[in-house]
Amino acid sequence: MIFQTLRHTGWMVVRQARNLMREPIWIAMMVIQPLIWLLLYGQLYSRVPGIRGNASSYKEFLLPGIVCMNAFFGGMWSGMAMISDLDRHVIDRFLASPASRVAIVLSQVVRAGMTAAMQAVLLLVIGLVLGVRVHGGVAGWLMVIAASALLAMVFAGFSHGIALLLRREASMIATANFIGLPLMFLSTILLTATIMPVWIQHVSRFNPVNWGVVAARNAVVVGGEWWTSGQFLLFLIAAATVTTAFATWSFRAYQRSI
Amino acid sequence: MDSIVAEELRKRYRTVQALDGVSFAVREGEVFGLLGPNGAGKSTTVRVLTTLTRPDSGRAFVAGENVVAHPIRVRRAIGYVAQDSGVDWEATGRENLLLQGRIHGMGGKGLRVRVDELLGLVGLDEAADRPARGYSGGMKRRLDVAIGLVHRPSVLFLDEPTTGLDPEARAAMWVEVERLAAEQNLTILLTTHYLEEADHLAERVAIVSRGRIVVEGRPEELKADLRGDSVTVEIAELDGRAAEAADAVSVVEGAQETTVEAGQLRTRVPNGANAIPAILSALDARGFAVASVTSARPSLDDVYLHYTGRDFSAEDVEGGAR
Repeated sequence: MIFQTLRHTGWMVVRQARNLMREPIWIAMMVIQPLIWLLLYGQLYSRVPGIRGNASSYKEFLLPGIVCMNAFFGGMWSGMAMISDLDRHVIDRFLASPASRVAIVLSQVVRAGMTAAMQAVLLLVIGLVLGVRVHGGVAGWLMVIAASALLAMVFAGFSHGIALLLRREASMIATANFIGLPLMFLSTILLTATIMPVWIQHVSRFNPVNWGVVAARNAVVVGGEWWTSGQFLLFLIAAATVTTAFATWSFRAYQRSI
Repeated sequence: MDSIVAEELRKRYRTVQALDGVSFAVREGEVFGLLGPNGAGKSTTVRVLTTLTRPDSGRAFVAGENVVAHPIRVRRAIGYVAQDSGVDWEATGRENLLLQGRIHGMGGKGLRVRVDELLGLVGLDEAADRPARGYSGGMKRRLDVAIGLVHRPSVLFLDEPTTGLDPEARAAMWVEVERLAAEQNLTILLTTHYLEEADHLAERVAIVSRGRIVVEGRPEELKADLRGDSVTVEIAELDGRAAEAADAVSVVEGAQETTVEAGQLRTRVPNGANAIPAILSALDARGFAVASVTSARPSLDDVYLHYTGRDFSAEDVEGGAR
Protein backbone atom coordinates (compact mmCIF):
# COMPACT_ATOMS: atom_id res chain seq x y z
CA MET A 1 0.00 0.00 0.00
CA ILE A 2 2.59 2.54 1.09
CA PHE A 3 5.01 1.38 -1.59
CA GLN A 4 2.32 1.72 -4.20
CA THR A 5 1.60 5.26 -3.00
CA LEU A 6 5.29 6.13 -3.23
CA ARG A 7 5.62 4.53 -6.68
CA HIS A 8 2.59 6.38 -8.00
CA THR A 9 3.86 9.62 -6.43
CA GLY A 10 7.18 9.11 -8.19
CA TRP A 11 5.59 8.65 -11.61
CA MET A 12 3.36 11.62 -11.16
CA VAL A 13 6.27 13.80 -10.08
CA VAL A 14 8.07 12.68 -13.23
CA ARG A 15 5.02 13.60 -15.30
CA GLN A 16 4.77 17.09 -13.83
CA ALA A 17 8.48 17.80 -13.89
CA ARG A 18 8.72 16.65 -17.50
CA ASN A 19 5.73 18.76 -18.49
CA LEU A 20 7.30 21.82 -16.86
CA MET A 21 10.61 21.16 -18.60
CA ARG A 22 8.76 21.48 -21.89
CA GLU A 23 7.87 25.08 -21.11
CA PRO A 24 10.89 27.18 -22.13
CA ILE A 25 9.30 30.33 -20.68
CA TRP A 26 8.77 28.58 -17.36
CA ILE A 27 12.41 27.50 -17.20
CA ALA A 28 13.59 30.98 -18.12
CA MET A 29 11.35 32.60 -15.52
CA MET A 30 12.48 30.12 -12.91
CA VAL A 31 16.02 31.54 -13.27
CA ILE A 32 15.33 35.14 -14.23
CA GLN A 33 12.66 36.03 -11.69
CA PRO A 34 14.65 35.38 -8.49
CA LEU A 35 17.66 36.99 -10.14
CA ILE A 36 15.68 40.15 -10.82
CA TRP A 37 14.42 40.19 -7.25
CA LEU A 38 17.93 39.76 -5.97
CA LEU A 39 19.37 42.54 -8.11
CA LEU A 40 16.40 44.89 -7.81
CA TYR A 41 15.87 44.66 -4.06
CA GLY A 42 19.64 44.51 -3.59
CA GLN A 43 19.92 47.95 -5.22
CA LEU A 44 16.69 49.38 -3.81
CA TYR A 45 17.42 48.83 -0.13
CA SER A 46 21.22 48.65 -0.11
CA ARG A 47 21.67 52.08 1.53
CA VAL A 48 18.99 51.73 4.19
CA PRO A 49 20.89 51.86 7.50
CA GLY A 50 20.65 48.90 9.82
CA ILE A 51 18.65 46.82 7.32
CA ARG A 52 21.14 43.97 7.01
CA GLY A 53 21.60 43.08 10.68
CA ASN A 54 25.00 41.51 11.18
CA ALA A 55 25.52 40.47 7.56
CA SER A 56 28.64 41.80 5.87
CA SER A 57 26.67 43.16 2.92
CA TYR A 58 23.03 43.59 1.98
CA LYS A 59 23.54 41.07 -0.86
CA GLU A 60 24.61 38.51 1.70
CA PHE A 61 21.63 39.36 3.89
CA LEU A 62 19.19 39.31 0.99
CA LEU A 63 20.25 36.11 -0.79
CA PRO A 64 18.75 33.60 1.71
CA GLY A 65 15.66 35.85 1.89
CA ILE A 66 15.19 35.72 -1.88
CA VAL A 67 15.69 31.95 -1.88
CA CYS A 68 12.81 31.65 0.60
CA MET A 69 10.61 34.23 -1.08
CA ASN A 70 11.00 32.38 -4.31
CA ALA A 71 10.20 29.05 -2.67
CA PHE A 72 7.17 30.45 -0.92
CA PHE A 73 5.74 32.14 -4.01
CA GLY A 74 6.49 29.05 -6.08
CA GLY A 75 4.55 26.91 -3.60
CA MET A 76 1.75 29.43 -3.33
CA TRP A 77 1.16 29.40 -7.09
CA SER A 78 1.70 25.67 -7.59
CA GLY A 79 -2.03 24.93 -7.22
CA MET A 80 -2.54 26.34 -10.71
CA ALA A 81 -1.19 23.03 -12.03
CA MET A 82 -3.98 21.21 -10.21
CA ILE A 83 -6.60 23.51 -11.70
CA SER A 84 -5.24 22.86 -15.15
CA ASP A 85 -5.34 19.08 -14.50
CA LEU A 86 -8.92 19.39 -13.24
CA ASP A 87 -9.94 21.46 -16.26
CA ARG A 88 -8.42 18.94 -18.65
CA HIS A 89 -10.04 16.03 -16.77
CA VAL A 90 -6.70 14.35 -16.19
CA ILE A 91 -7.69 14.00 -12.54
CA ASP A 92 -10.96 12.25 -13.41
CA ARG A 93 -9.03 9.90 -15.63
CA PHE A 94 -6.75 9.01 -12.70
CA LEU A 95 -9.76 8.60 -10.41
CA ALA A 96 -11.28 5.95 -12.63
CA SER A 97 -7.98 4.04 -12.48
CA PRO A 98 -6.27 2.37 -9.51
CA ALA A 99 -4.03 5.46 -9.12
CA SER A 100 -3.27 6.22 -5.49
CA ARG A 101 -5.45 9.13 -4.37
CA VAL A 102 -2.81 10.36 -1.97
CA ALA A 103 -0.20 10.28 -4.73
CA ILE A 104 -2.26 12.61 -6.93
CA VAL A 105 -1.98 15.34 -4.28
CA LEU A 106 1.36 14.41 -2.73
CA SER A 107 3.14 14.40 -6.09
CA GLN A 108 2.19 18.05 -6.63
CA VAL A 109 3.59 19.02 -3.24
CA VAL A 110 6.79 17.04 -3.77
CA ARG A 111 7.21 18.57 -7.21
CA ALA A 112 6.93 22.07 -5.73
CA GLY A 113 9.56 21.17 -3.11
CA MET A 114 11.94 19.79 -5.73
CA THR A 115 11.57 22.86 -7.90
CA ALA A 116 12.32 25.12 -4.95
CA ALA A 117 15.37 23.03 -4.02
CA MET A 118 16.71 23.36 -7.56
CA GLN A 119 16.14 27.08 -7.54
CA ALA A 120 17.90 27.35 -4.18
CA VAL A 121 20.99 25.69 -5.63
CA LEU A 122 20.84 27.98 -8.63
CA LEU A 123 20.54 31.08 -6.48
CA LEU A 124 23.39 30.00 -4.23
CA VAL A 125 25.58 29.58 -7.30
CA ILE A 126 24.56 33.02 -8.56
CA GLY A 127 25.35 34.30 -5.07
CA LEU A 128 28.86 32.84 -5.37
CA VAL A 129 29.32 34.74 -8.61
CA LEU A 130 28.12 37.93 -6.88
CA GLY A 131 30.55 37.28 -4.05
CA VAL A 132 28.21 35.94 -1.40
CA ARG A 133 29.81 33.18 0.62
CA VAL A 134 27.77 30.64 2.58
CA HIS A 135 29.41 30.74 6.00
CA GLY A 136 27.92 27.39 7.00
CA GLY A 137 29.82 25.55 4.25
CA VAL A 138 28.33 22.33 2.90
CA ALA A 139 25.98 22.06 5.88
CA GLY A 140 24.91 25.62 5.19
CA TRP A 141 24.09 24.81 1.57
CA LEU A 142 22.04 21.82 2.67
CA MET A 143 20.23 23.94 5.25
CA VAL A 144 19.29 26.58 2.65
CA ILE A 145 18.14 23.90 0.20
CA ALA A 146 16.09 22.13 2.89
CA ALA A 147 14.49 25.38 4.09
CA SER A 148 13.60 26.31 0.53
CA ALA A 149 12.11 22.90 -0.31
CA LEU A 150 10.10 22.68 2.91
CA LEU A 151 8.79 26.20 2.61
CA ALA A 152 7.60 25.50 -0.93
CA MET A 153 5.91 22.31 0.27
CA VAL A 154 4.12 24.11 3.12
CA PHE A 155 2.57 26.56 0.68
CA ALA A 156 2.07 24.01 -2.09
CA GLY A 157 -0.09 21.97 0.28
CA PHE A 158 -2.06 25.08 1.15
CA SER A 159 -2.30 26.17 -2.47
CA HIS A 160 -3.56 22.77 -3.63
CA GLY A 161 -6.09 22.66 -0.83
CA ILE A 162 -7.45 26.00 -1.99
CA ALA A 163 -7.26 25.03 -5.66
CA LEU A 164 -9.31 21.89 -5.03
CA LEU A 165 -11.94 23.83 -3.11
CA LEU A 166 -12.24 26.79 -5.50
CA ARG A 167 -11.40 25.01 -8.79
CA ARG A 168 -11.22 28.31 -10.66
CA GLU A 169 -8.10 30.07 -11.88
CA ALA A 170 -9.40 33.54 -11.12
CA SER A 171 -10.29 32.65 -7.51
CA MET A 172 -6.91 30.99 -7.12
CA ILE A 173 -5.05 34.07 -8.34
CA ALA A 174 -7.02 36.31 -6.00
CA THR A 175 -6.30 34.07 -3.00
CA ALA A 176 -2.60 33.74 -3.78
CA ASN A 177 -2.25 37.52 -4.06
CA PHE A 178 -4.30 38.17 -0.98
CA ILE A 179 -2.15 35.89 1.16
CA GLY A 180 1.19 36.10 -0.57
CA LEU A 181 2.23 39.73 -0.23
CA PRO A 182 1.27 40.21 3.45
CA LEU A 183 3.18 37.07 4.42
CA MET A 184 6.19 38.37 2.57
CA PHE A 185 6.16 41.75 4.33
CA LEU A 186 5.45 40.13 7.70
CA SER A 187 8.79 38.37 7.44
CA THR A 188 12.45 39.27 7.51
CA ILE A 189 12.95 38.56 3.81
CA LEU A 190 13.91 42.16 3.04
CA LEU A 191 14.96 43.65 6.37
CA THR A 192 16.25 42.49 9.71
CA ALA A 193 13.82 42.11 12.62
CA THR A 194 15.35 44.78 14.82
CA ILE A 195 14.26 47.65 12.56
CA MET A 196 10.69 46.35 12.20
CA PRO A 197 7.77 47.65 14.29
CA VAL A 198 7.46 45.53 17.41
CA TRP A 199 4.08 44.05 16.47
CA ILE A 200 5.43 42.85 13.13
CA GLN A 201 8.36 41.28 14.97
CA HIS A 202 5.85 39.34 17.06
CA VAL A 203 3.67 38.35 14.14
CA SER A 204 6.65 37.25 12.07
CA ARG A 205 7.50 34.60 14.65
CA PHE A 206 4.36 32.73 13.66
CA ASN A 207 4.89 33.19 9.96
CA PRO A 208 6.16 29.99 8.33
CA VAL A 209 7.86 32.09 5.69
CA ASN A 210 10.00 33.57 8.42
CA TRP A 211 10.90 30.16 9.84
CA GLY A 212 12.47 29.32 6.51
CA VAL A 213 14.14 32.73 6.19
CA VAL A 214 15.75 32.53 9.63
CA ALA A 215 17.01 29.00 9.05
CA ALA A 216 18.45 29.88 5.65
CA ARG A 217 19.95 33.16 6.86
CA ASN A 218 21.63 31.53 9.84
CA ALA A 219 23.28 29.14 7.40
CA VAL A 220 24.47 31.87 5.03
CA VAL A 221 25.28 34.81 7.31
CA VAL A 222 26.18 33.20 10.63
CA GLY A 223 27.26 29.71 9.71
CA GLY A 224 25.93 28.53 13.04
CA GLU A 225 22.88 28.48 15.31
CA TRP A 226 22.17 25.02 13.92
CA TRP A 227 19.93 24.12 16.82
CA THR A 228 17.57 27.07 16.22
CA SER A 229 17.57 26.43 12.48
CA GLY A 230 16.89 22.75 13.04
CA GLN A 231 13.88 23.62 15.16
CA PHE A 232 12.53 25.82 12.41
CA LEU A 233 12.97 23.02 9.91
CA LEU A 234 10.93 20.78 12.20
CA PHE A 235 8.23 23.46 12.38
CA LEU A 236 8.23 23.59 8.59
CA ILE A 237 7.93 19.81 8.35
CA ALA A 238 4.98 19.94 10.74
CA ALA A 239 3.37 22.77 8.77
CA ALA A 240 3.89 20.95 5.47
CA THR A 241 2.24 17.87 6.96
CA VAL A 242 -0.73 19.94 8.04
CA THR A 243 -1.19 21.72 4.70
CA THR A 244 -0.74 18.49 2.74
CA ALA A 245 -3.38 16.89 4.94
CA PHE A 246 -5.61 19.88 4.16
CA ALA A 247 -5.01 19.36 0.41
CA THR A 248 -5.88 15.68 0.75
CA TRP A 249 -9.05 16.59 2.60
CA SER A 250 -9.95 19.08 -0.17
CA PHE A 251 -9.33 16.36 -2.71
CA ARG A 252 -11.88 14.16 -0.97
CA ALA A 253 -14.31 17.07 -1.02
CA TYR A 254 -13.73 17.32 -4.77
CA GLN A 255 -14.31 13.59 -5.18
CA ARG A 256 -17.59 13.85 -3.33
CA SER A 257 -18.71 16.70 -5.55
CA ILE A 258 -18.45 14.80 -8.86
CA MET B 1 -22.72 -13.89 -17.52
CA ASP B 2 -23.45 -10.21 -17.03
CA SER B 3 -20.47 -7.85 -17.06
CA ILE B 4 -22.43 -4.87 -15.87
CA VAL B 5 -25.44 -4.92 -13.60
CA ALA B 6 -27.18 -1.78 -12.38
CA GLU B 7 -30.02 -2.14 -9.90
CA GLU B 8 -32.29 0.77 -9.04
CA LEU B 9 -29.52 3.37 -9.05
CA ARG B 10 -30.48 6.74 -7.66
CA LYS B 11 -28.36 9.85 -7.40
CA ARG B 12 -29.33 13.39 -6.59
CA TYR B 13 -27.25 16.51 -7.20
CA ARG B 14 -28.70 19.31 -5.11
CA THR B 15 -31.94 20.08 -6.93
CA VAL B 16 -31.60 17.60 -9.78
CA GLN B 17 -32.56 13.95 -9.53
CA ALA B 18 -29.92 12.76 -12.01
CA LEU B 19 -30.71 9.06 -11.60
CA ASP B 20 -34.18 7.98 -10.61
CA GLY B 21 -33.98 4.20 -10.43
CA VAL B 22 -31.76 3.07 -13.30
CA SER B 23 -31.62 -0.70 -13.83
CA PHE B 24 -30.08 -2.67 -16.68
CA ALA B 25 -27.68 -5.47 -17.37
CA VAL B 26 -25.01 -5.88 -20.02
CA ARG B 27 -23.86 -9.33 -21.09
CA GLU B 28 -20.19 -10.18 -21.42
CA GLY B 29 -18.78 -9.25 -24.81
CA GLU B 30 -21.75 -7.13 -25.71
CA VAL B 31 -21.84 -3.56 -27.03
CA PHE B 32 -24.55 -1.83 -25.09
CA GLY B 33 -25.72 1.68 -25.84
CA LEU B 34 -27.20 4.13 -23.37
CA LEU B 35 -29.12 6.55 -25.52
CA GLY B 36 -30.64 9.80 -24.41
CA PRO B 37 -30.43 13.55 -24.68
CA ASN B 38 -27.99 15.64 -22.63
CA GLY B 39 -29.08 15.67 -19.02
CA ALA B 40 -30.93 12.36 -19.19
CA GLY B 41 -28.54 10.70 -16.72
CA LYS B 42 -26.22 8.76 -19.00
CA SER B 43 -22.98 10.28 -17.77
CA THR B 44 -24.05 10.02 -14.14
CA THR B 45 -24.76 6.32 -14.70
CA VAL B 46 -21.29 5.89 -16.15
CA ARG B 47 -19.72 7.84 -13.28
CA VAL B 48 -21.38 5.50 -10.80
CA LEU B 49 -20.27 2.40 -12.71
CA THR B 50 -16.67 3.66 -13.01
CA THR B 51 -16.55 4.38 -9.23
CA LEU B 52 -16.13 8.14 -9.76
CA THR B 53 -19.24 8.84 -7.76
CA ARG B 54 -21.31 6.88 -5.28
CA PRO B 55 -25.00 6.28 -5.83
CA ASP B 56 -27.39 7.50 -3.12
CA SER B 57 -29.07 4.13 -3.28
CA GLY B 58 -29.16 1.05 -5.46
CA ARG B 59 -26.43 -1.42 -6.32
CA ALA B 60 -24.11 -1.91 -9.24
CA PHE B 61 -21.67 -4.61 -10.25
CA VAL B 62 -18.98 -4.31 -12.88
CA ALA B 63 -16.91 -7.33 -13.87
CA GLY B 64 -18.52 -9.13 -10.94
CA GLU B 65 -17.43 -6.59 -8.34
CA ASN B 66 -19.60 -4.23 -6.33
CA VAL B 67 -18.69 -0.67 -7.32
CA VAL B 68 -19.28 0.75 -3.85
CA ALA B 69 -17.77 -2.05 -1.76
CA HIS B 70 -14.76 -2.83 -3.97
CA PRO B 71 -14.02 0.21 -6.10
CA ILE B 72 -10.34 -0.66 -6.53
CA ARG B 73 -11.15 -4.07 -8.00
CA VAL B 74 -13.57 -2.41 -10.39
CA ARG B 75 -10.98 0.18 -11.43
CA ARG B 76 -8.50 -2.56 -12.27
CA ALA B 77 -11.00 -4.23 -14.56
CA ILE B 78 -12.31 -1.24 -16.48
CA GLY B 79 -11.20 1.20 -19.11
CA TYR B 80 -12.88 4.58 -19.02
CA VAL B 81 -13.05 7.05 -21.87
CA ALA B 82 -14.78 10.04 -20.34
CA GLN B 83 -17.02 12.48 -22.10
CA ASP B 84 -14.27 15.06 -21.74
CA SER B 85 -10.86 13.97 -22.91
CA GLY B 86 -8.48 13.11 -20.07
CA VAL B 87 -5.36 13.51 -22.19
CA ASP B 88 -2.42 15.27 -20.54
CA TRP B 89 -1.72 17.91 -23.18
CA GLU B 90 1.89 18.58 -22.27
CA ALA B 91 2.86 14.91 -22.39
CA THR B 92 3.31 12.99 -25.63
CA GLY B 93 0.87 10.30 -26.68
CA ARG B 94 3.38 7.66 -25.70
CA GLU B 95 3.99 9.21 -22.28
CA ASN B 96 0.26 9.38 -21.62
CA LEU B 97 -0.01 5.67 -22.35
CA LEU B 98 3.09 4.67 -20.37
CA LEU B 99 1.88 6.48 -17.26
CA GLN B 100 -1.56 4.89 -17.47
CA GLY B 101 0.04 1.47 -17.87
CA ARG B 102 2.28 2.02 -14.85
CA ILE B 103 -0.69 3.09 -12.76
CA HIS B 104 -2.22 -0.24 -13.67
CA GLY B 105 0.88 -2.04 -12.44
CA MET B 106 2.41 -2.76 -15.83
CA GLY B 107 6.02 -2.07 -16.67
CA GLY B 108 9.15 -3.02 -18.53
CA LYS B 109 9.18 -4.47 -22.00
CA GLY B 110 5.63 -5.75 -21.75
CA LEU B 111 4.31 -2.23 -21.30
CA ARG B 112 6.48 -0.76 -24.05
CA VAL B 113 5.31 -3.39 -26.51
CA ARG B 114 1.68 -2.88 -25.52
CA VAL B 115 1.99 0.89 -25.94
CA ASP B 116 3.54 0.50 -29.40
CA GLU B 117 0.78 -1.88 -30.35
CA LEU B 118 -1.95 0.52 -29.20
CA LEU B 119 -0.37 3.52 -30.89
CA GLY B 120 -0.42 1.57 -34.13
CA LEU B 121 -3.95 0.38 -33.54
CA VAL B 122 -5.39 3.89 -33.13
CA GLY B 123 -3.20 5.32 -35.88
CA LEU B 124 -1.02 7.52 -33.72
CA ASP B 125 2.36 5.90 -34.38
CA GLU B 126 3.65 8.94 -36.28
CA ALA B 127 2.46 11.43 -33.65
CA ALA B 128 3.43 9.22 -30.70
CA ASP B 129 6.37 11.32 -29.57
CA ARG B 130 4.82 14.75 -30.03
CA PRO B 131 3.09 16.52 -27.12
CA ALA B 132 -0.65 15.90 -27.28
CA ARG B 133 -1.22 19.67 -27.24
CA GLY B 134 -0.72 19.61 -31.01
CA TYR B 135 -3.16 16.77 -31.67
CA SER B 136 -6.47 17.32 -33.44
CA GLY B 137 -9.72 16.62 -31.59
CA GLY B 138 -10.02 13.24 -33.29
CA MET B 139 -6.44 12.29 -32.43
CA LYS B 140 -6.93 13.22 -28.77
CA ARG B 141 -10.07 11.13 -28.70
CA ARG B 142 -8.31 8.13 -30.21
CA LEU B 143 -5.55 8.57 -27.65
CA ASP B 144 -8.25 8.56 -24.95
CA VAL B 145 -9.49 5.23 -26.25
CA ALA B 146 -5.96 3.84 -26.28
CA ILE B 147 -5.45 5.08 -22.69
CA GLY B 148 -8.61 3.22 -21.71
CA LEU B 149 -7.28 0.03 -23.25
CA VAL B 150 -3.65 -0.10 -22.05
CA HIS B 151 -4.24 -2.65 -19.32
CA ARG B 152 -6.52 -4.87 -21.44
CA PRO B 153 -9.69 -4.16 -19.46
CA SER B 154 -12.62 -6.53 -19.64
CA VAL B 155 -15.15 -3.69 -19.61
CA LEU B 156 -14.75 -0.48 -21.56
CA PHE B 157 -16.85 2.63 -20.92
CA LEU B 158 -17.12 5.07 -23.80
CA ASP B 159 -18.94 8.16 -22.64
CA GLU B 160 -20.02 10.16 -25.71
CA PRO B 161 -16.98 9.12 -27.70
CA THR B 162 -17.87 11.16 -30.78
CA THR B 163 -19.34 14.33 -29.31
CA GLY B 164 -17.53 17.35 -30.66
CA LEU B 165 -15.83 15.47 -33.47
CA ASP B 166 -16.13 16.44 -37.11
CA PRO B 167 -17.91 13.91 -39.39
CA GLU B 168 -14.67 12.43 -40.64
CA ALA B 169 -13.26 11.89 -37.16
CA ARG B 170 -16.58 10.48 -36.06
CA ALA B 171 -16.56 7.93 -38.88
CA ALA B 172 -13.02 6.95 -37.84
CA MET B 173 -14.20 6.52 -34.24
CA TRP B 174 -17.07 4.30 -35.38
CA VAL B 175 -14.62 2.06 -37.20
CA GLU B 176 -12.54 1.99 -34.04
CA VAL B 177 -15.47 0.96 -31.86
CA GLU B 178 -16.57 -1.68 -34.36
CA ARG B 179 -13.09 -3.14 -34.31
CA LEU B 180 -13.12 -3.24 -30.51
CA ALA B 181 -16.58 -4.77 -30.53
CA ALA B 182 -15.25 -7.65 -32.60
CA GLU B 183 -12.72 -8.46 -29.89
CA GLN B 184 -13.52 -11.41 -27.73
CA ASN B 185 -14.69 -10.83 -24.18
CA LEU B 186 -14.55 -7.04 -24.27
CA THR B 187 -17.80 -5.59 -22.98
CA ILE B 188 -18.47 -2.05 -24.14
CA LEU B 189 -20.89 0.38 -22.61
CA LEU B 190 -21.37 3.30 -24.95
CA THR B 191 -23.35 6.43 -24.24
CA THR B 192 -24.46 8.72 -26.98
CA HIS B 193 -27.03 11.31 -27.80
CA TYR B 194 -26.80 10.49 -31.49
CA LEU B 195 -29.59 8.11 -32.39
CA GLU B 196 -27.85 6.89 -35.51
CA GLU B 197 -24.73 6.16 -33.49
CA ALA B 198 -26.57 3.88 -31.09
CA ASP B 199 -28.37 2.29 -34.04
CA HIS B 200 -25.12 1.68 -35.86
CA LEU B 201 -22.84 0.53 -33.05
CA ALA B 202 -24.86 -1.00 -30.24
CA GLU B 203 -26.19 -4.53 -30.18
CA ARG B 204 -28.68 -3.49 -27.54
CA VAL B 205 -29.74 -0.03 -26.47
CA ALA B 206 -31.48 1.39 -23.46
CA ILE B 207 -33.24 4.69 -23.87
CA VAL B 208 -32.66 6.97 -20.89
CA SER B 209 -34.99 9.82 -20.12
CA ARG B 210 -35.01 11.94 -16.96
CA GLY B 211 -32.96 9.56 -14.88
CA ARG B 212 -34.87 6.42 -15.87
CA ILE B 213 -34.59 3.75 -18.50
CA VAL B 214 -37.78 3.79 -20.49
CA VAL B 215 -37.14 0.91 -22.85
CA GLU B 216 -34.39 -1.54 -23.64
CA GLY B 217 -33.77 -3.92 -26.50
CA ARG B 218 -32.10 -4.50 -29.87
CA PRO B 219 -32.48 -1.47 -32.13
CA GLU B 220 -34.23 -3.51 -34.81
CA GLU B 221 -36.62 -5.03 -32.27
CA LEU B 222 -37.45 -1.64 -30.86
CA LYS B 223 -38.17 -0.33 -34.32
CA ALA B 224 -40.15 -3.41 -35.29
CA ASP B 225 -42.27 -3.02 -32.18
CA LEU B 226 -43.54 0.23 -33.60
CA ARG B 227 -45.61 -1.25 -36.38
CA GLY B 228 -46.26 1.19 -39.17
CA ASP B 229 -44.50 4.08 -40.84
CA SER B 230 -43.57 7.52 -39.75
CA VAL B 231 -44.88 10.35 -41.93
CA THR B 232 -43.23 13.76 -41.83
CA VAL B 233 -45.00 16.75 -43.35
CA GLU B 234 -43.34 20.10 -43.74
CA ILE B 235 -45.87 22.89 -43.45
CA ALA B 236 -45.17 26.34 -44.83
CA GLU B 237 -46.26 29.32 -42.72
CA LEU B 238 -47.48 27.43 -39.70
CA ASP B 239 -47.69 30.68 -37.67
CA GLY B 240 -48.60 29.32 -34.26
CA ARG B 241 -51.30 27.03 -35.59
CA ALA B 242 -49.41 23.91 -34.53
CA ALA B 243 -52.19 22.56 -32.35
CA GLU B 244 -54.71 23.04 -35.12
CA ALA B 245 -52.51 21.15 -37.59
CA ALA B 246 -52.13 18.25 -35.17
CA ASP B 247 -55.85 18.30 -34.60
CA ALA B 248 -56.54 18.19 -38.34
CA VAL B 249 -54.38 15.10 -38.80
CA SER B 250 -55.88 13.29 -35.81
CA VAL B 251 -59.01 12.50 -37.84
CA VAL B 252 -56.96 10.40 -40.28
CA GLU B 253 -57.55 6.74 -39.60
CA GLY B 254 -54.75 5.06 -37.61
CA ALA B 255 -52.73 8.24 -37.11
CA GLN B 256 -51.11 8.43 -33.69
CA GLU B 257 -48.33 10.15 -31.78
CA THR B 258 -48.73 13.29 -33.83
CA THR B 259 -46.31 16.07 -32.97
CA VAL B 260 -45.63 19.43 -34.54
CA GLU B 261 -42.18 20.85 -34.04
CA ALA B 262 -40.49 23.72 -35.89
CA GLY B 263 -42.74 23.62 -38.95
CA GLN B 264 -42.65 19.82 -39.12
CA LEU B 265 -45.59 17.62 -38.43
CA ARG B 266 -44.86 14.00 -37.64
CA THR B 267 -47.24 11.19 -37.17
CA ARG B 268 -47.25 7.41 -37.23
CA VAL B 269 -49.64 5.43 -39.38
CA PRO B 270 -50.03 1.72 -40.20
CA ASN B 271 -49.17 2.31 -43.86
CA GLY B 272 -47.57 5.52 -45.08
CA ALA B 273 -48.48 5.24 -48.75
CA ASN B 274 -52.16 4.74 -47.98
CA ALA B 275 -52.42 7.45 -45.37
CA ILE B 276 -50.61 10.30 -47.13
CA PRO B 277 -53.56 11.39 -49.36
CA ALA B 278 -55.85 11.52 -46.33
CA ILE B 279 -53.31 13.50 -44.30
CA LEU B 280 -52.80 15.97 -47.13
CA SER B 281 -56.51 16.53 -47.69
CA ALA B 282 -57.13 16.94 -43.95
CA LEU B 283 -54.43 19.63 -43.80
CA ASP B 284 -55.67 21.23 -47.00
CA ALA B 285 -59.23 21.42 -45.64
CA ARG B 286 -57.93 23.62 -42.78
CA GLY B 287 -55.95 25.79 -45.16
CA PHE B 288 -52.41 24.56 -44.44
CA ALA B 289 -49.86 24.80 -47.28
CA VAL B 290 -47.81 21.62 -47.42
CA ALA B 291 -44.22 22.08 -48.59
CA SER B 292 -43.15 18.43 -48.61
CA VAL B 293 -44.15 15.07 -47.29
CA THR B 294 -42.10 11.95 -46.60
CA SER B 295 -42.88 8.51 -45.30
CA ALA B 296 -40.26 6.28 -43.66
CA ARG B 297 -39.87 3.09 -41.72
CA PRO B 298 -39.63 3.83 -37.99
CA SER B 299 -36.28 5.10 -36.73
CA LEU B 300 -34.89 5.09 -33.20
CA ASP B 301 -36.12 8.67 -33.14
CA ASP B 302 -39.66 7.32 -33.41
CA VAL B 303 -38.91 4.74 -30.74
CA TYR B 304 -37.77 7.54 -28.49
CA LEU B 305 -40.89 9.56 -29.19
CA HIS B 306 -43.09 6.55 -28.65
CA TYR B 307 -41.68 5.69 -25.23
CA THR B 308 -41.07 9.13 -23.80
CA GLY B 309 -43.85 11.05 -25.48
CA ARG B 310 -41.28 13.66 -26.35
CA ASP B 311 -39.40 14.49 -29.47
CA PHE B 312 -35.74 13.58 -29.12
CA SER B 313 -34.29 16.74 -30.65
CA ALA B 314 -36.63 18.96 -28.65
CA GLU B 315 -35.62 17.30 -25.39
CA ASP B 316 -31.96 17.78 -26.11
CA VAL B 317 -32.37 21.54 -26.08
CA GLU B 318 -33.84 21.46 -22.60
CA GLY B 319 -30.53 20.33 -21.15
CA GLY B 320 -30.51 19.86 -17.40
CA ALA B 321 -28.08 17.90 -15.27
CA ARG B 322 -25.39 15.84 -16.92
